[in-house]
Amino acid sequence: MTDILPTLTVRIWRGAAEGRFEAFAVPKRDHQTVLDVVTYVQRELDPTLAYRFACRVGMCGSCAMTVNGRPRWTCRTHVEAVTDAKGELEIAPLRSLPVIRDLAADMTPFFEKWQQAQGRATGSRTRHEEMHPVDPAAPRRQAADAGIECINCGVCYAACDVVASDPDYLGPAALNRAWTLMNDDREADRAGVLKAAAAGGGCHSCHTHGSCVEHCPVGLNPSAGIAGLKRLSLLAMVGGKV
Amino acid sequence: MLAPRSQRHRGRYAAFAHRLSGVLLAVFLPFHFLALGLAIEGEARLDGFLAWSDQPLVKIAEWGLVTLLAVHMLAGLRVLVLEFLPWRDARKGWVTAGGVLAAATGLAFLASALV
Amino acid sequence: MQAALFLAQRASALVLAPLVLVHLALAIYAIHGGLTAAEILGRTQGSPGWMLFYGLFVIAAAVHAPIGLRNVLREWLGWKGMAADLALAAFGLALLALGLRAVAAVTTGVG
Repeated sequence: MTDILPTLTVRIWRGAAEGRFEAFAVPKRDHQTVLDVVTYVQRELDPTLAYRFACRVGMCGSCAMTVNGRPRWTCRTHVEAVTDAKGELEIAPLRSLPVIRDLAADMTPFFEKWQQAQGRATGSRTRHEEMHPVDPAAPRRQAADAGIECINCGVCYAACDVVASDPDYLGPAALNRAWTLMNDDREADRAGVLKAAAAGGGCHSCHTHGSCVEHCPVGLNPSAGIAGLKRLSLLAMVGGKV
Repeated sequence: MLAPRSQRHRGRYAAFAHRLSGVLLAVFLPFHFLALGLAIEGEARLDGFLAWSDQPLVKIAEWGLVTLLAVHMLAGLRVLVLEFLPWRDARKGWVTAGGVLAAATGLAFLASALV
Repeated sequence: MQAALFLAQRASALVLAPLVLVHLALAIYAIHGGLTAAEILGRTQGSPGWMLFYGLFVIAAAVHAPIGLRNVLREWLGWKGMAADLALAAFGLALLALGLRAVAAVTTGVG
Protein backbone atom coordinates (compact mmCIF):
# COMPACT_ATOMS: atom_id res chain seq x y z
CA MET A 1 0.00 0.00 0.00
CA THR A 2 1.61 3.20 -1.12
CA ASP A 3 0.57 6.46 0.43
CA ILE A 4 0.87 9.49 -1.73
CA LEU A 5 2.78 11.86 0.48
CA PRO A 6 1.89 15.49 0.41
CA THR A 7 4.59 17.52 -1.27
CA LEU A 8 6.18 20.83 -0.61
CA THR A 9 7.28 23.06 -3.46
CA VAL A 10 10.61 24.65 -2.78
CA ARG A 11 12.38 27.21 -4.95
CA ILE A 12 16.14 27.03 -4.80
CA TRP A 13 18.71 29.41 -6.25
CA ARG A 14 20.79 27.91 -9.04
CA GLY A 15 23.78 29.62 -10.52
CA ALA A 16 26.08 32.23 -9.07
CA ALA A 17 25.65 36.00 -9.21
CA GLU A 18 23.53 35.38 -12.29
CA GLY A 19 21.06 32.56 -12.11
CA ARG A 20 17.46 31.69 -11.39
CA PHE A 21 15.25 29.99 -8.87
CA GLU A 22 14.43 26.39 -9.74
CA ALA A 23 11.38 24.67 -8.29
CA PHE A 24 11.44 21.18 -6.80
CA ALA A 25 8.68 19.05 -5.28
CA VAL A 26 9.84 17.51 -2.02
CA PRO A 27 7.88 15.05 0.17
CA LYS A 28 6.49 16.78 3.21
CA ARG A 29 7.52 15.17 6.45
CA ASP A 30 6.79 16.09 10.03
CA HIS A 31 9.46 18.14 11.73
CA GLN A 32 11.59 18.36 8.61
CA THR A 33 14.16 21.10 8.58
CA VAL A 34 15.15 23.25 5.64
CA LEU A 35 18.47 21.37 5.56
CA ASP A 36 16.51 18.12 5.23
CA VAL A 37 14.76 19.60 2.23
CA VAL A 38 17.97 20.75 0.54
CA THR A 39 19.60 17.40 1.26
CA TYR A 40 16.65 15.53 -0.27
CA VAL A 41 16.84 17.64 -3.43
CA GLN A 42 20.57 17.02 -3.86
CA ARG A 43 20.40 13.29 -3.13
CA GLU A 44 17.16 12.34 -4.87
CA LEU A 45 16.38 14.97 -7.47
CA ASP A 46 19.43 16.89 -8.65
CA PRO A 47 22.93 15.83 -7.65
CA THR A 48 24.41 18.97 -9.20
CA LEU A 49 22.98 21.16 -6.43
CA ALA A 50 25.82 22.72 -4.42
CA TYR A 51 25.30 23.44 -0.74
CA ARG A 52 27.23 23.40 2.49
CA PHE A 53 26.65 21.75 5.85
CA ALA A 54 28.64 19.96 8.52
CA CYS A 55 27.35 19.16 11.98
CA ARG A 56 23.63 19.41 11.07
CA VAL A 57 22.83 19.95 14.75
CA GLY A 58 23.16 23.70 15.20
CA MET A 59 26.77 23.95 16.38
CA CYS A 60 28.95 24.81 13.42
CA GLY A 61 27.03 27.45 11.46
CA SER A 62 28.05 26.01 8.08
CA CYS A 63 24.51 25.58 6.81
CA ALA A 64 23.55 29.26 6.96
CA MET A 65 21.44 30.29 3.98
CA THR A 66 18.72 32.78 3.14
CA VAL A 67 15.36 31.18 3.85
CA ASN A 68 12.29 33.14 2.68
CA GLY A 69 14.42 36.26 2.71
CA ARG A 70 15.91 35.77 6.15
CA PRO A 71 19.44 34.48 6.91
CA ARG A 72 19.34 31.51 9.23
CA TRP A 73 20.81 28.09 10.05
CA THR A 74 18.91 25.67 7.87
CA CYS A 75 19.53 22.72 10.19
CA ARG A 76 17.75 24.57 12.98
CA THR A 77 14.89 25.88 10.88
CA HIS A 78 11.76 23.77 10.78
CA VAL A 79 9.96 24.11 7.48
CA GLU A 80 6.61 24.57 9.27
CA ALA A 81 8.02 27.53 11.18
CA VAL A 82 8.91 29.53 8.10
CA THR A 83 6.33 28.61 5.53
CA ASP A 84 3.09 30.50 5.55
CA ALA A 85 -0.38 29.27 4.64
CA LYS A 86 0.62 29.18 1.00
CA GLY A 87 3.43 26.82 1.96
CA GLU A 88 6.06 28.64 -0.03
CA LEU A 89 9.71 28.00 0.67
CA GLU A 90 12.47 29.88 -1.08
CA ILE A 91 16.13 29.14 -0.42
CA ALA A 92 19.04 31.28 -1.56
CA PRO A 93 22.68 31.71 -0.57
CA LEU A 94 23.61 34.25 2.13
CA ARG A 95 23.30 37.87 1.08
CA SER A 96 26.30 40.19 0.65
CA LEU A 97 28.76 37.40 -0.09
CA PRO A 98 29.97 36.26 -3.51
CA VAL A 99 28.24 33.08 -4.62
CA ILE A 100 30.45 30.15 -5.52
CA ARG A 101 27.57 28.10 -6.84
CA ASP A 102 23.91 27.63 -5.96
CA LEU A 103 23.66 27.80 -2.17
CA ALA A 104 27.36 27.90 -1.37
CA ALA A 105 28.57 31.41 -0.57
CA ASP A 106 32.22 32.45 -0.55
CA MET A 107 33.11 33.34 3.04
CA THR A 108 36.48 34.86 2.08
CA PRO A 109 35.43 38.54 2.36
CA PHE A 110 33.86 37.81 5.73
CA PHE A 111 37.12 36.44 7.11
CA GLU A 112 39.24 39.08 5.41
CA LYS A 113 37.25 41.74 7.24
CA TRP A 114 37.73 39.81 10.46
CA GLN A 115 41.48 40.24 9.99
CA GLN A 116 41.04 43.84 8.95
CA ALA A 117 39.31 44.57 12.25
CA GLN A 118 42.28 42.89 13.95
CA GLY A 119 39.95 40.25 15.29
CA ARG A 120 42.87 38.12 16.37
CA ALA A 121 44.36 37.89 19.84
CA THR A 122 47.85 39.14 20.56
CA GLY A 123 49.29 37.38 23.57
CA SER A 124 51.32 39.10 26.24
CA ARG A 125 53.00 36.14 27.88
CA THR A 126 54.86 33.02 26.88
CA ARG A 127 54.55 29.50 28.21
CA HIS A 128 57.49 30.19 30.51
CA GLU A 129 55.56 32.77 32.46
CA GLU A 130 52.56 32.46 34.67
CA MET A 131 49.20 32.67 33.01
CA HIS A 132 47.66 36.09 32.92
CA PRO A 133 44.99 36.14 35.63
CA VAL A 134 41.44 36.71 34.47
CA ASP A 135 38.66 37.33 36.95
CA PRO A 136 35.53 35.73 35.49
CA ALA A 137 33.25 37.98 37.52
CA ALA A 138 34.82 41.24 36.41
CA PRO A 139 32.46 43.42 34.33
CA ARG A 140 34.88 43.56 31.40
CA ARG A 141 35.23 39.79 31.37
CA GLN A 142 31.46 39.48 31.43
CA ALA A 143 31.27 41.85 28.47
CA ALA A 144 33.81 39.73 26.61
CA ASP A 145 32.07 36.48 27.55
CA ALA A 146 28.82 37.83 26.16
CA GLY A 147 30.38 37.92 22.72
CA ILE A 148 32.86 35.08 22.48
CA GLU A 149 30.47 32.32 21.40
CA CYS A 150 30.55 33.59 17.83
CA ILE A 151 31.16 30.72 15.40
CA ASN A 152 31.56 32.88 12.32
CA CYS A 153 28.46 31.61 10.59
CA GLY A 154 27.91 34.87 8.69
CA VAL A 155 24.21 35.24 9.47
CA CYS A 156 24.68 38.68 11.06
CA TYR A 157 26.80 39.76 8.11
CA ALA A 158 24.06 38.73 5.71
CA ALA A 159 21.39 40.41 7.81
CA CYS A 160 23.18 43.76 8.06
CA ASP A 161 21.90 46.54 5.78
CA VAL A 162 25.13 48.51 6.03
CA VAL A 163 27.14 45.49 4.89
CA ALA A 164 24.79 45.25 1.93
CA SER A 165 25.18 48.90 0.97
CA ASP A 166 28.76 49.72 2.00
CA PRO A 167 31.48 47.36 0.71
CA ASP A 168 33.98 48.87 3.15
CA TYR A 169 31.98 48.05 6.28
CA LEU A 170 33.71 45.38 8.34
CA GLY A 171 30.44 43.98 9.62
CA PRO A 172 28.98 42.95 12.96
CA ALA A 173 30.90 39.70 13.49
CA ALA A 174 34.37 41.15 12.96
CA LEU A 175 33.58 44.15 15.16
CA ASN A 176 32.00 41.96 17.82
CA ARG A 177 35.26 40.03 17.98
CA ALA A 178 37.24 43.26 18.23
CA TRP A 179 34.99 44.26 21.14
CA THR A 180 35.65 40.99 22.98
CA LEU A 181 39.39 41.53 22.56
CA MET A 182 39.11 45.09 23.89
CA ASN A 183 37.58 43.59 27.03
CA ASP A 184 40.13 40.81 27.33
CA ASP A 185 42.75 41.38 30.03
CA ARG A 186 45.17 39.15 28.16
CA GLU A 187 45.09 41.19 24.95
CA ALA A 188 48.45 42.87 24.42
CA ASP A 189 47.59 45.15 21.50
CA ARG A 190 44.33 46.78 22.47
CA ALA A 191 45.45 50.03 20.85
CA GLY A 192 45.91 48.19 17.57
CA VAL A 193 42.56 46.48 17.80
CA LEU A 194 40.77 49.75 18.53
CA LYS A 195 42.57 51.55 15.72
CA ALA A 196 41.55 48.83 13.28
CA ALA A 197 37.98 48.62 14.52
CA ALA A 198 37.40 52.37 14.53
CA ALA A 199 38.98 53.09 11.15
CA GLY A 200 37.02 53.87 8.01
CA GLY A 201 34.53 51.05 7.46
CA GLY A 202 34.68 50.20 11.14
CA CYS A 203 32.41 50.71 14.10
CA HIS A 204 31.37 54.25 13.12
CA SER A 205 29.61 52.92 10.07
CA CYS A 206 27.10 51.07 12.23
CA HIS A 207 23.74 52.78 12.47
CA THR A 208 22.31 50.54 15.17
CA HIS A 209 19.58 48.98 13.06
CA GLY A 210 19.98 45.91 15.20
CA SER A 211 19.38 43.36 12.44
CA CYS A 212 22.44 41.49 13.65
CA VAL A 213 20.89 41.09 17.09
CA GLU A 214 17.59 40.03 15.53
CA HIS A 215 19.16 37.25 13.53
CA CYS A 216 22.14 35.92 15.48
CA PRO A 217 21.38 32.22 16.13
CA VAL A 218 23.61 32.22 19.20
CA GLY A 219 21.89 35.24 20.72
CA LEU A 220 24.87 37.58 20.57
CA ASN A 221 24.58 41.35 20.50
CA PRO A 222 27.04 42.92 18.08
CA SER A 223 25.14 46.24 18.16
CA ALA A 224 25.91 46.70 21.83
CA GLY A 225 29.55 45.73 21.31
CA ILE A 226 29.88 48.15 18.42
CA ALA A 227 28.38 50.92 20.55
CA GLY A 228 31.05 50.05 23.10
CA LEU A 229 33.73 50.38 20.44
CA LYS A 230 32.36 53.80 19.51
CA ARG A 231 32.62 54.93 23.12
CA LEU A 232 36.14 53.54 23.42
CA SER A 233 37.24 55.30 20.26
CA LEU A 234 35.90 58.61 21.59
CA LEU A 235 37.78 58.03 24.82
CA ALA A 236 40.96 57.28 22.90
CA MET A 237 40.49 60.42 20.83
CA VAL A 238 40.30 62.69 23.85
CA GLY A 239 43.35 61.06 25.30
CA GLY A 240 41.66 58.83 27.81
CA LYS A 241 43.04 55.47 28.81
CA VAL A 242 41.44 52.54 27.05
CA MET B 1 14.37 47.97 -1.08
CA LEU B 2 11.32 46.35 0.46
CA ALA B 3 12.51 43.64 2.78
CA PRO B 4 10.72 40.33 3.21
CA ARG B 5 8.28 40.18 6.09
CA SER B 6 10.66 38.62 8.55
CA GLN B 7 13.23 41.40 8.06
CA ARG B 8 10.77 44.12 8.97
CA HIS B 9 11.62 44.80 12.58
CA ARG B 10 11.15 48.09 14.38
CA GLY B 11 14.85 48.88 14.66
CA ARG B 12 15.07 48.87 10.91
CA TYR B 13 11.97 51.03 10.53
CA ALA B 14 13.34 53.53 13.01
CA ALA B 15 16.62 53.72 11.11
CA PHE B 16 14.88 54.19 7.79
CA ALA B 17 12.56 56.88 9.15
CA HIS B 18 15.52 58.61 10.77
CA ARG B 19 17.44 58.62 7.51
CA LEU B 20 14.58 59.65 5.24
CA SER B 21 13.49 62.47 7.56
CA GLY B 22 17.09 63.66 7.78
CA VAL B 23 17.52 63.80 4.02
CA LEU B 24 14.24 65.64 3.50
CA LEU B 25 15.03 68.12 6.27
CA ALA B 26 18.51 68.74 4.85
CA VAL B 27 16.98 69.48 1.44
CA PHE B 28 14.38 71.79 3.02
CA LEU B 29 16.77 73.75 5.25
CA PRO B 30 18.40 76.01 2.62
CA PHE B 31 14.95 77.05 1.40
CA HIS B 32 13.87 77.76 4.95
CA PHE B 33 16.90 80.00 5.47
CA LEU B 34 16.31 81.77 2.17
CA ALA B 35 12.68 82.46 3.04
CA LEU B 36 13.60 83.91 6.42
CA GLY B 37 16.36 85.91 4.80
CA LEU B 38 13.65 87.80 2.91
CA ALA B 39 13.28 89.87 6.05
CA ILE B 40 16.41 91.67 4.94
CA GLU B 41 14.44 93.17 2.14
CA GLY B 42 11.95 94.45 4.61
CA GLU B 43 8.84 93.36 6.40
CA ALA B 44 6.68 93.64 3.32
CA ARG B 45 8.79 91.17 1.40
CA LEU B 46 8.55 88.61 4.19
CA ASP B 47 4.83 89.25 4.47
CA GLY B 48 4.47 88.59 0.77
CA PHE B 49 6.07 85.21 1.21
CA LEU B 50 3.98 84.40 4.29
CA ALA B 51 0.83 85.27 2.39
CA TRP B 52 1.86 82.89 -0.37
CA SER B 53 2.45 80.19 2.24
CA ASP B 54 -1.11 80.51 3.45
CA GLN B 55 -2.42 78.03 0.91
CA PRO B 56 -3.51 74.48 1.92
CA LEU B 57 -0.74 72.67 0.07
CA VAL B 58 1.93 74.69 1.82
CA LYS B 59 0.26 74.14 5.19
CA ILE B 60 0.30 70.40 4.51
CA ALA B 61 3.98 70.64 3.66
CA GLU B 62 4.60 72.54 6.87
CA TRP B 63 2.77 69.85 8.81
CA GLY B 64 4.94 67.29 7.07
CA LEU B 65 8.12 69.13 8.00
CA VAL B 66 7.10 69.52 11.64
CA THR B 67 6.38 65.79 11.80
CA LEU B 68 9.65 64.94 10.05
CA LEU B 69 11.60 67.07 12.49
CA ALA B 70 9.91 65.35 15.43
CA VAL B 71 10.58 61.90 13.90
CA HIS B 72 14.22 62.71 13.28
CA MET B 73 14.81 64.05 16.77
CA LEU B 74 13.07 61.19 18.54
CA ALA B 75 14.76 58.48 16.46
CA GLY B 76 18.06 60.23 17.05
CA LEU B 77 17.54 60.38 20.80
CA ARG B 78 16.97 56.63 20.81
CA VAL B 79 20.27 56.12 18.96
CA LEU B 80 22.08 58.32 21.47
CA VAL B 81 20.64 56.28 24.33
CA LEU B 82 21.56 52.98 22.67
CA GLU B 83 25.10 54.17 22.02
CA PHE B 84 25.96 55.92 25.25
CA LEU B 85 23.90 54.43 28.04
CA PRO B 86 24.44 50.87 29.28
CA TRP B 87 22.73 48.48 26.93
CA ARG B 88 19.51 47.04 28.28
CA ASP B 89 17.74 45.95 25.13
CA ALA B 90 17.02 47.47 21.72
CA ARG B 91 14.36 49.68 23.32
CA LYS B 92 11.91 48.88 20.56
CA GLY B 93 9.09 50.27 22.65
CA TRP B 94 10.77 53.62 22.15
CA VAL B 95 10.31 53.29 18.40
CA THR B 96 6.57 52.96 18.80
CA ALA B 97 6.45 55.71 21.41
CA GLY B 98 8.53 57.94 19.17
CA GLY B 99 6.20 57.37 16.26
CA VAL B 100 3.20 58.24 18.37
CA LEU B 101 4.85 61.36 19.81
CA ALA B 102 5.91 62.57 16.38
CA ALA B 103 2.41 62.06 15.00
CA ALA B 104 0.98 63.91 17.99
CA THR B 105 3.36 66.81 17.40
CA GLY B 106 2.26 67.01 13.80
CA LEU B 107 -1.37 66.92 14.82
CA ALA B 108 -0.82 69.66 17.39
CA PHE B 109 0.65 71.81 14.65
CA LEU B 110 -2.26 71.09 12.36
CA ALA B 111 -4.79 71.82 15.07
CA SER B 112 -3.05 75.07 15.89
CA ALA B 113 -2.99 76.08 12.24
CA LEU B 114 -6.62 75.25 11.55
CA VAL B 115 -8.42 76.26 14.73
CA MET C 1 38.85 61.17 11.46
CA GLN C 2 35.99 58.75 11.92
CA ALA C 3 35.95 59.28 15.66
CA ALA C 4 36.06 63.06 15.22
CA LEU C 5 33.12 63.03 12.82
CA PHE C 6 31.24 60.73 15.17
CA LEU C 7 31.89 63.09 18.08
CA ALA C 8 30.82 66.13 16.07
CA GLN C 9 27.66 64.37 14.95
CA ARG C 10 26.62 63.20 18.39
CA ALA C 11 27.62 66.45 20.11
CA SER C 12 25.70 68.57 17.60
CA ALA C 13 22.74 66.24 18.09
CA LEU C 14 22.82 66.85 21.83
CA VAL C 15 22.90 70.60 21.22
CA LEU C 16 20.08 70.39 18.68
CA ALA C 17 17.70 68.33 20.81
CA PRO C 18 16.61 71.05 23.26
CA LEU C 19 16.74 73.70 20.51
CA VAL C 20 14.45 71.62 18.32
CA LEU C 21 12.04 71.10 21.20
CA VAL C 22 11.75 74.85 21.71
CA HIS C 23 11.50 75.42 17.96
CA LEU C 24 8.68 72.90 17.57
CA ALA C 25 6.78 74.39 20.48
CA LEU C 26 7.29 77.81 18.97
CA ALA C 27 6.05 76.70 15.56
CA ILE C 28 2.91 75.19 17.03
CA TYR C 29 2.26 78.32 19.07
CA ALA C 30 3.10 80.80 16.35
CA ILE C 31 1.08 79.25 13.54
CA HIS C 32 -2.11 79.78 15.52
CA GLY C 33 -4.19 82.47 13.89
CA GLY C 34 -1.88 82.76 10.93
CA LEU C 35 1.62 84.14 10.61
CA THR C 36 2.67 87.63 9.66
CA ALA C 37 6.06 89.22 9.32
CA ALA C 38 5.13 91.77 11.95
CA GLU C 39 4.38 89.02 14.48
CA ILE C 40 7.70 87.30 13.83
CA LEU C 41 9.90 90.34 13.54
CA GLY C 42 8.15 92.08 16.39
CA ARG C 43 9.56 89.42 18.68
CA THR C 44 12.90 88.74 17.07
CA GLN C 45 14.12 92.17 16.06
CA GLY C 46 16.75 93.54 18.39
CA SER C 47 16.67 90.44 20.56
CA PRO C 48 20.07 89.11 21.61
CA GLY C 49 18.34 86.06 23.09
CA TRP C 50 16.83 84.94 19.78
CA MET C 51 20.04 85.77 17.97
CA LEU C 52 21.96 83.49 20.31
CA PHE C 53 19.33 80.76 20.18
CA TYR C 54 19.02 80.60 16.43
CA GLY C 55 22.69 81.33 15.84
CA LEU C 56 23.54 78.23 17.85
CA PHE C 57 20.80 76.31 16.05
CA VAL C 58 22.27 77.19 12.66
CA ILE C 59 25.82 76.27 13.62
CA ALA C 60 24.78 72.94 15.11
CA ALA C 61 22.62 72.11 12.07
CA ALA C 62 25.42 73.09 9.67
CA VAL C 63 27.65 70.53 11.42
CA HIS C 64 25.03 67.83 11.86
CA ALA C 65 23.43 67.70 8.41
CA PRO C 66 26.53 67.16 6.22
CA ILE C 67 27.90 64.42 8.47
CA GLY C 68 24.55 62.64 8.35
CA LEU C 69 24.35 63.02 4.59
CA ARG C 70 27.85 61.58 4.26
CA ASN C 71 26.53 58.16 5.21
CA VAL C 72 23.58 58.48 2.85
CA LEU C 73 25.87 59.38 -0.05
CA ARG C 74 28.15 56.46 0.63
CA GLU C 75 25.53 53.81 1.30
CA TRP C 76 22.72 54.78 -1.05
CA LEU C 77 24.59 56.48 -3.88
CA GLY C 78 27.97 54.82 -3.60
CA TRP C 79 29.60 58.24 -3.52
CA LYS C 80 32.59 58.44 -1.21
CA GLY C 81 36.10 59.83 -1.02
CA MET C 82 37.54 63.31 -1.23
CA ALA C 83 35.08 64.60 -3.84
CA ALA C 84 32.08 63.66 -1.73
CA ASP C 85 33.63 65.11 1.41
CA LEU C 86 34.38 68.40 -0.34
CA ALA C 87 30.83 68.61 -1.66
CA LEU C 88 29.50 67.99 1.82
CA ALA C 89 31.79 70.60 3.35
CA ALA C 90 30.56 73.07 0.76
CA PHE C 91 26.97 72.20 1.67
CA GLY C 92 27.75 72.75 5.33
CA LEU C 93 29.29 76.12 4.62
CA ALA C 94 26.28 77.07 2.50
CA LEU C 95 23.97 76.16 5.36
CA LEU C 96 26.08 78.18 7.74
CA ALA C 97 26.13 81.22 5.47
CA LEU C 98 22.44 81.14 4.58
CA GLY C 99 21.46 80.34 8.13
CA LEU C 100 23.46 83.05 9.81
CA ARG C 101 22.22 85.48 7.18
CA ALA C 102 18.65 84.52 8.05
CA VAL C 103 19.36 84.94 11.77
CA ALA C 104 20.82 88.36 11.11
CA ALA C 105 17.86 89.20 8.92
CA VAL C 106 15.24 88.52 11.57
CA THR C 107 17.15 89.83 14.54
CA THR C 108 18.74 92.93 13.09
CA GLY C 109 17.16 93.43 9.69
CA VAL C 110 20.67 93.69 8.29
CA GLY C 111 21.90 91.01 5.78
